[in-house]
Amino acid sequence: MFVYLQGIITLICINLLAVLGLSLLTGFTGSFNFGQAGFLAIGAYVAALCTMKLHAPFVVSLLAGMLASGLVSIPLGYPTLKLKGDYFAIATLGFAEAIRLLVENLEKVTGGSRGIPSIPPLTTLTILLPVTLACIWLVRNYVSSRHGRSCVAVREDEIAAQAIAVDVFKYKQVSFFVNGLLAGLAGGFLAHYVGFIQPSMFGMAKSTELIVMVIFGGMHSVTGAVVAAIILTGLPEILRAAAAWRLVMYGIAVVFIMVVRPEGLMGSWELTFASLRSLCLSCKAFARRLYGRCFHGIA
Amino acid sequence: MGLLRIRNMTKNFGGVKAVDSFNCNVQEGRTQAIIGPNGAGKTTIFNLITGIYKPSEGEIEFDGKTITGHAPHQIARQGIARTFQNIRLFPDFSVLENIQAADHLRSSYSLFHGFLPTPLRRRQEQASRAHALELLHLVGLEQRFGERARNLPYGHQRRLEIARALALEPKILLLDEPAAGMNPEETQGLMVLIQQIKDQFHLTILLIEHHMELVMGLCDFITVIDFGKEIAEGTPEQIQANPQVIQAYLGVEE
Repeated sequence: MFVYLQGIITLICINLLAVLGLSLLTGFTGSFNFGQAGFLAIGAYVAALCTMKLHAPFVVSLLAGMLASGLVSIPLGYPTLKLKGDYFAIATLGFAEAIRLLVENLEKVTGGSRGIPSIPPLTTLTILLPVTLACIWLVRNYVSSRHGRSCVAVREDEIAAQAIAVDVFKYKQVSFFVNGLLAGLAGGFLAHYVGFIQPSMFGMAKSTELIVMVIFGGMHSVTGAVVAAIILTGLPEILRAAAAWRLVMYGIAVVFIMVVRPEGLMGSWELTFASLRSLCLSCKAFARRLYGRCFHGIA
Repeated sequence: MGLLRIRNMTKNFGGVKAVDSFNCNVQEGRTQAIIGPNGAGKTTIFNLITGIYKPSEGEIEFDGKTITGHAPHQIARQGIARTFQNIRLFPDFSVLENIQAADHLRSSYSLFHGFLPTPLRRRQEQASRAHALELLHLVGLEQRFGERARNLPYGHQRRLEIARALALEPKILLLDEPAAGMNPEETQGLMVLIQQIKDQFHLTILLIEHHMELVMGLCDFITVIDFGKEIAEGTPEQIQANPQVIQAYLGVEE
């Protein structure tokens, strides 16, 4: 049971890292990335190959995967980030498919569609959990900084952002780069957790799953991304008893949230000490009112 | 000396000449207006000055340096701030954040400080917050600093947009129909505000407006354009007496 739980938490953390970058890029900066699996794949393959072929230490492999994925985002972002919303989404979609096909066809290096088997399982919670928490902390800091404000300004109105001297392209590139780094890191951890990677793990379905998490949790909230990664990674496990129906129920849960709360579970609410306190206060006030009414009723 | 000089600026959209070798010279410290009938190319001129469009021909010089073809954010950084005809605030931001977003002078910390809660960052954030509150006080919105910009009434949104432009500490402020949709009372308030910020920040103001009482009451100098060309310029008195201007606005008798 403990090992099982550990496995779920590991998967949550890995998804969380990938969703975190996406939250910054898509949620805060407003560039829809439908190809997150491509960045995940780069991180996973580079990290796995570093460990297997170069016998690099785990940390070095992770950093290599992370950097590779981040660096790819620069030449990719240069021509595509100037495109308007939908076109950028299509471009990232195409990129992810291109990466998948590349991996499939570079058989000598990547093992083609058979993938890379028996990667040493070096991902442990003792390293993954602190790294994930640190990344959440860093991203939270970033989005509440002046740079985060500039990102949101870009999302809300590009022309107005330019008019107040925000370098729109620069902020998109920074977000895209950070997104690449985080996705690459997630990929590296994934490869060393599952112990086996193949191109079919990094298809459209994975990209969709990740972007759904961002939308589900609330586009404008890091807290939302975290909560969504936890719920949507955990949900299929909780619903395991429902066997074949669990993916249907997963779908229903997503549709339900979108209908009831189109702005996502958290909207733009962030978990901070201040917001927690005001939440506590309003809960207390509510309880007092409720208590008062009951008491009044009895009297 | 002209703070902003536009020479022979032309903008073609396909076969249409929206602006046709337009010339204009804005003296430092002036309040100048560009007026003209609808579709004369006034907003296009603003978009050309601020870099949203690139001129097809001609040159724009600001503060002695050419800014022709520069990116909009570079032009804004050099000291040209603007407001928009159809208000462009950041609707999801609070009133305060709208202003802080423009305050790159007080909060100028690098990306490194963006990821970490350093003391430098905290200091600069506090300074920019204090400054933003001052600007809000100036436009009379300090009570509503925490509200989302989208929930503000129309007149307040206009004022907030002006405050946001001021956060850039510009040398020149371009106002695109600041009184559009305002009632006479609000227009009066706006005129007082414009005069006040001009004096307080030693601004040069270039504005587009249809409310003639505002134009005649505030401006030292007026440029009239029609079909993308300047047809007259001068003081309010000269413009009011100019037969060409009257013709452009009222048409020619058959």
